[in-house]
Amino acid sequence: MTVPSADMQDYALVVEDLVLYFRLTHGVVQAVDHVSFSLKKNRAVVVIGESGCGKTSMGRALTRLLPRNVDRYTGKVFIDGVETMALDDETYREDIRWAKISQVPQAAMNALNPVLKLKDQVMEPLLLHEKGISPEAALERVHEVFDFVGVPDGFIERYPFELSGGMRQRVVIAMALITNPAVIVLDEPTSALDVLTQANIYNVLKRIKWEKGTSFVLITHDVATSSELADDVLVMYAGHMMEYSSAEEFFAEPLHPYAKMLMAAVPKLYGDEELQFIPGKPPSLLSPPTGCRFADRCPMATEKCKIEPPTFRLGERLVKCWLYEKEADEIVTSPEALAGVSS
Amino acid sequence: MGEQQVAVTTQSAAEAAAQEQPLLSVRHLKIWYELKRFGFLHAGYVKAVDDVSFDLPAGEAIAVVGESGCGKSSLMKAILGLVHPHDGQILFEGKDIWEGGNDAMRAYRMSVGYVQQDPYGALPPFMTIRRILEEPLILAGVKDKEERLERVIRSLEEVKVTPPSDFLNKYPHMLSGGQQQRVVIARALIRNPKMLIADEPVSMLDASVRVEILKLLDEVQKERSLSVIYITHDLSTVRYFSERIFVMYAGKLIEKSDTNEILRDPRHPYTWALLNAISDPLAENATKLREIPPGEPPSLITPPPGCRFHPRCEKAIQGLCDAEVPPEFAVTPTHAVACWLYREDA
Repeated sequence: MTVPSADMQDYALVVEDLVLYFRLTHGVVQAVDHVSFSLKKNRAVVVIGESGCGKTSMGRALTRLLPRNVDRYTGKVFIDGVETMALDDETYREDIRWAKISQVPQAAMNALNPVLKLKDQVMEPLLLHEKGISPEAALERVHEVFDFVGVPDGFIERYPFELSGGMRQRVVIAMALITNPAVIVLDEPTSALDVLTQANIYNVLKRIKWEKGTSFVLITHDVATSSELADDVLVMYAGHMMEYSSAEEFFAEPLHPYAKMLMAAVPKLYGDEELQFIPGKPPSLLSPPTGCRFADRCPMATEKCKIEPPTFRLGERLVKCWLYEKEADEIVTSPEALAGVSS
Repeated sequence: MGEQQVAVTTQSAAEAAAQEQPLLSVRHLKIWYELKRFGFLHAGYVKAVDDVSFDLPAGEAIAVVGESGCGKSSLMKAILGLVHPHDGQILFEGKDIWEGGNDAMRAYRMSVGYVQQDPYGALPPFMTIRRILEEPLILAGVKDKEERLERVIRSLEEVKVTPPSDFLNKYPHMLSGGQQQRVVIARALIRNPKMLIADEPVSMLDASVRVEILKLLDEVQKERSLSVIYITHDLSTVRYFSERIFVMYAGKLIEKSDTNEILRDPRHPYTWALLNAISDPLAENATKLREIPPGEPPSLITPPPGCRFHPRCEKAIQGLCDAEVPPEFAVTPTHAVACWLYREDA
C-alpha cells in the first residue's frame, strides 16, 4: 500500500514518520513521535487530543515554524507533491510556506499587527509569494477574499482593533487563503469565540473547502465542533497517533479506548448518557512510559500493554492498541504504508 | 416541599418568612456605564444590563447564557457588588445589598463565593496554596491558626485535591489547570457561602477536565444545597448542571425556563439560533451549512428600539417588534419568553 509517486498528485499532504523533539535543560520532550498520515486533496483531517499531546507541535512541524530548541526534526513531508524536509529553510520560506501551506495560528484574534491596516497585512503574503504581482492586482485579490470570508468590503481600510473577535478571525482566515495554498493548518480556530460566531466561521471554512478545493488540517480539542469540518479524524495522545479513521466511522464508534473516553467526555445537547471523564493526566513527554502511553489511564489495560503496541489496520482504519490484535487485518509498520492506507 | 414546611414551623417566625422569600432577588436592574467626552462631558450610556429581574431560590442552580458582550459579566459584577447599579435593586435575603453601608456589604460578600473564569489568572503566583486559601479566613476574622489550617485541609479534600499535605506548600504554577480550578473553587467555598457565582468556570479547560470540574461543582451544589449562578456561553454544558436557564441578549433576559423544557422546546428566535449553532459530534455536520442569523449583536449605546433582536430576526413583525419592547409572556408556568410571537399564547 505504498504511495506511488505518480499518485502523489492526489495528495495535498503526505506525512511519513514525522518526529519532532524539543531539547530542555532537563531532557528531551518527545512532542511528535513517529506520526504518519496522508490527506487527499479537498479533504480535511482533524487532529484531536488533550492539551499537551503534541497537536500544536505537529502543526508547527508541518509549517516549519519551529522554536530554537529543536532536538530532532526528521521524517518526510510531501506538501502538494513536494518533499519539503529536503529543502533548506530559505527555500522552504520562499516556495512552500504560504505558497503551498499556510497557517491560521492559535488565538488568531490576536495574530494581527495592530499598527497596520487590514489591507496591508492581508496583501503581504501575496506580494511576497506571487512574484511580479502589481499592488493593484493584489488589492483586487484582497477584496475577493474579504468578500469570500464575509468581511464587509469597507473594512479593508480599518485597523484590527476596530473589528470584533469573529471578524478578526475571518480576516486571519482570509490572509491564509489569499495565496490559494493547497493546505491550510488551522490551530484551534474558534476556541475563543461565541457559539454563533463559531458556527459562522465553520460555515466560511466549509465554503472554502467546497468552492476552492483547499485541504485542511484542523487542530482542536473540541471534538463536537470538529465534526463540522472533518472528513478524517486523527487522535493524538502523548505524541503518538492512536487512531486514524474516517469521520463517519469515528463519530459513530471510535476504536481506541482513549478515543472512546474522549468522546464520552463531550457534552451533548440531547441524549441521556452520563458524562464521563478520563481519570489521571497525560504522561510527561520528557520520559514517556515505554509501553502503550495510555496504559496508566486505560480501563482495558492488560499485561500486554507494557509493550508498545504496533499500529493495526482494520479495513480503512488504523488503531494503535493491543485490543484489536485479533480482529486486525494486518500490522502496519512501514511509514509509507501508514500514510498510504489512510486514503 | 411539604417536609420543608413542617421543618419550618419548628423554627422562629422570622426564619419562616426568610424561607419563603428567594435568597437573591434582582428587581429591574440597570447597569449603565456612563460615556464621557473629553473626560467630563456626558456622551450617553452603555446599557450593559437593562431592566433585568429574576429570583434565585435557596439551593437552586441557574445558568445565564449569552454571547460575549450581552451583559452577563456586568450582571455578575452587579450581583457581587462590584459595580453600582444605575437603577433597580439587588435584594439578598430581602435586604438591598447597597443599603446599610460598608459593613453590610462586607457581610454580604462573606456569604457569596466567586469562581473565576481563568484559574491561571485568578490565583496569585507568589502565594502558596495554603496562603491563598487562608486569606479569606483571615479576612473573615478567623484568628486561630490551627482552625484555619484545618479548614484549608478540609476544603482541599472537598474539591478532591488530595492528599492536601502535598499541595499546601506548592505554588499555583506547579498545579495542572484542573487542579488550579479546583483550588479556585475551594477558595470560593471556604467561608461556607450561601451563594456561588461561577463565571465560565470550565471554558479554559480541556474537554475531559471540563467534565471533572462540572461534576465537582454539581456535587458541591447538591451536598451544600448552594444557590449557584452559572454564567456561560456554552449551552451544551448547562444541561449537566443547572435546573433553570436564563438566556440573555443585548442586556436583557429574553427567555427564562426550566432547562429540559428550553432544550426540548425553545421559544425565542434567538434561542433557536443558539441551539441550532451547537454541534453534537456527528459526521453529517460536515455536509451542511448551519443557519445563523445575519449580523452581530447591536451596540449597547444605541440599542435598536422595540425588541433588540428584531434586526436579525426572520420572524420579526413589522410595526410591533421594531417599535415596542416585548414584555415577558408566560407560555407555561415554568417558561417565560420576551417575544411578541407569543402574545396570544400567554
